[in-house]
Amino acid sequence: MSGRSLFDKIWEQHVVLPENSNTPAILYIDLHLVHEVTSPQAFDLLRSNGISVRRPDLTLATMDHSTPTVPVSTLKDLKIVAEPEAYNQIVQMEKNCEEFGLELRGLGNSERGIVHVIAPELGATQPGKTIVCGDSHTSTHGALGALAFGIGTTEVYHVLATQCLLQRKPKTFAINLEGHLQSGVTAKDIILGIIGKIGIDGGTGHAIEYRGDAVKQLSIEERMTICNMAIEGGARTGMFAPDDSTYEYLHGRPHAPQDEAWDIALKDWKMLPSDDDAQFDKEVTLNVSKLRPMATFGTNPGMVIPIDGAIPSPSSSDQGFSKALDYMQLEAGQPLAGSPVDVVFIGSCTNSRLSDLRAAASVLNGRKVAEGVRTLIVPGSAQIKREAEAEGLPEIFKAAGAEWREPGCSMCLAMNGDFVPEGKLAVSTSNRNFEGRQGKGARTILASPLTAAASAINGVVSDPRTFIS
Amino acid sequence: MEPINKINSRTVVIPLDDVDTDQIIPARYLRTTVRAGLGKNLFADWRYDKNGTEVADFVLNNDEANDAEILVAGRNFGCGSSREHAPWALLDYGFRAVISTEIADIFRSNSLKNGFLPVVVDEQTHEWLIKNSGAEITLDIESSSLILPDGRSTSFPLESFSQYCLLNGIDELGFLMDNSAAIDAYEEQTN
Ligand code: SF4
Repeated sequence: MSGRSLFDKIWEQHVVLPENSNTPAILYIDLHLVHEVTSPQAFDLLRSNGISVRRPDLTLATMDHSTPTVPVSTLKDLKIVAEPEAYNQIVQMEKNCEEFGLELRGLGNSERGIVHVIAPELGATQPGKTIVCGDSHTSTHGALGALAFGIGTTEVYHVLATQCLLQRKPKTFAINLEGHLQSGVTAKDIILGIIGKIGIDGGTGHAIEYRGDAVKQLSIEERMTICNMAIEGGARTGMFAPDDSTYEYLHGRPHAPQDEAWDIALKDWKMLPSDDDAQFDKEVTLNVSKLRPMATFGTNPGMVIPIDGAIPSPSSSDQGFSKALDYMQLEAGQPLAGSPVDVVFIGSCTNSRLSDLRAAASVLNGRKVAEGVRTLIVPGSAQIKREAEAEGLPEIFKAAGAEWREPGCSMCLAMNGDFVPEGKLAVSTSNRNFEGRQGKGARTILASPLTAAASAINGVVSDPRTFIS
Repeated sequence: MEPINKINSRTVVIPLDDVDTDQIIPARYLRTTVRAGLGKNLFADWRYDKNGTEVADFVLNNDEANDAEILVAGRNFGCGSSREHAPWALLDYGFRAVISTEIADIFRSNSLKNGFLPVVVDEQTHEWLIKNSGAEITLDIESSSLILPDGRSTSFPLESFSQYCLLNGIDELGFLMDNSAAIDAYEEQTN
C-alpha cells in the first residue's frame, strides 16, 4: 500500500461515515466561516424548519463583501453611505447572528475583515482542520495545512444544522515548485504562472498540494496568496504541508492552542505532511526561477503572460478568446506593458495582508501616482490596518496620492460601493478578471502588488523590476 | 424540492467556453437575502445594455429562447464563485438543466441541491447540440441519458445519491439528520 498524502490524512480523520457507491461520505467540519452574502437564505431555511445552529462555537462570522470601505462604525452611518440592498443585507446578518447565537465580527469590531484574512490572523485556521465557507476562496486556508474549500448556500445550511457535509472524495494533484524566485517576482506571479500552465479547469475535481524545494522559502502569507487562487485553476482546494513557518506563524495567536494544548497540537500537526511514497492522481512541476512578473490580458485568470511579453493571437476557432480581447480593448501581438491604466486596486483576500502592503509601499515610497490614476489601497482586516498604521504605511500611500481605506472586499467584486467605472482599465491584485467582475464593463488586469504599484506610478501597465534596486 | 424524472424541452445555445458565475449573475445582484427573483438578472451584462435595454443579438432575447428549459453551453460552465445564486437565477429564469463537456465543481454541486441538472456529454454529442440549437431533446434522470430527436441516446454521469435525491425530491439535509447519532459519536470520540 502506498503512503498517504496530507489531503488523505485530513480527509480520513474527518470521516463520520465513509462513502459507498450509494452515498457520499459524511465529513465533519471543524471551522465554518460565515459572511453576509451567502448565508441569509441558509438562516431562512434554519428558521423555517425550526433548526438551531449545532456548533456556534465552531462558527466564525464576519461581514466583508457588501460593507463599504469608508469609515462606518454604526448602522446609522451605514444607512447614509450604503445602497439600500447592501444596508439590508448587513442588518439581516446582524439579526441572524443574534437570533442563532453566533458571535459576529460586525461593523466597528476590532477583529473584522475579509473572512479569509481574519481566520488565519486569529489563529482559527490551523493545520489538519476541515474548514468551509460559502465562498470559493476558502482554499486560502490551505496555506496552513488545512483542508479548506468553498461551498454553496444549501451546504452552509447543512453545516449550520449538522456541522457536517456530504462529500465525494476528490482526486489529488501535486504541483511541484522548484527553484528560487528572482527579485521582483512574487507569490502572485507563481500562482498566475501555475494557472497559465494548467488552465482554469486544470484542477477541476482535484485537491492540490503545493510541494517541492521552493516551498520552504515561501512565507505563510505568500502561501495564502497561492492557495487563494487554487479555485482559479478549477480546484476547490489547495494546500501546503505545515512546517516550522506554519507553527511560528500560529504560535501565540488568540484562537491557536495555548500552553500544553499547543504541545499536543504540534505533535499531531507534525504527522500531517504527505508520506514520502504518497501517490497523487496528477502531477505538474513549475520551475519558479524562470518566472517573470505575470499579468492577465483577457477575461479569465488563465489568459496570462509575463509582463514583458506580447498578447498571444487567438486560434481562428476560439470565439471566447477574440471576445475577451474585444472586451479588454487589447490587440493580439501587442505588448501588454504600456497600456494606459485608469485604476489601481491593491487589496482582496489574495493580496491585502501586511506583506502585500509593504511591497506596495516599497514601490510607492517617495514617488507619486500618475495623474488621473485612481489608486485604492484596502487592508484585508482591521488588524492589518492597525499594523500598517503603526509602521507608517498610510502616510507613504497618501503622500503618493493613493487612497487608504477601511478593510473589506472593496473593488474585488463591486458590490459595496467601490467599483471600476465602465470601460476603464484596472490593474488589480485581486483574483478574478471576469467580464464585469470589478463593475459593469470594467476591464481588469490581475497582477502582484509590486506590479500594481509600479503601474500606478507610471500610469501604464509596468514591469515592477525597474523599481527594484 | 419537487421530484424530477424527465426534462423534455427545446435547447438554447450559448457556445462560449468558461462561462463564469459572474456572467451568470453579476455580484451586484447578490445583495439580496432571498432566493426568488434572480431570473430577471440572469446573464444581466450580456442581456441588457447600459440603459437597461435588451441587447438584440443576445440569444436569451430572441424568440427561440422562449420556454427553452435546457441550456447548452461551452466547456467549463459555471467556473468561478461558489454563489448558489447562479443555479437559483437559472432556475428562476426557467432553465432546468445545462449541458456542457465540463462543469465546474462547486456549480455542479450547488445545482444538484436545487434540482437543476448539470449534464456532461462527450465532444461529439456536444458538437451536435451546439449546431442544432432549438432541438427538442429529453434528459432522463432514471436512466441518466440524453435522448436526441432521432431517438439516439447517450448516457451522462450522475452520482447515484444525487440521482436518488432528484427522483424523489429529497433534500440532502434529511440524510445528514438521520445520521445524527453517528455525528454525536464522532464528536464524542474527537473531543
Ligand atoms: S476579497 Fe474578493 S475574492 Fe476575496 S472574499 Fe472578498 S470578494 Fe471574494
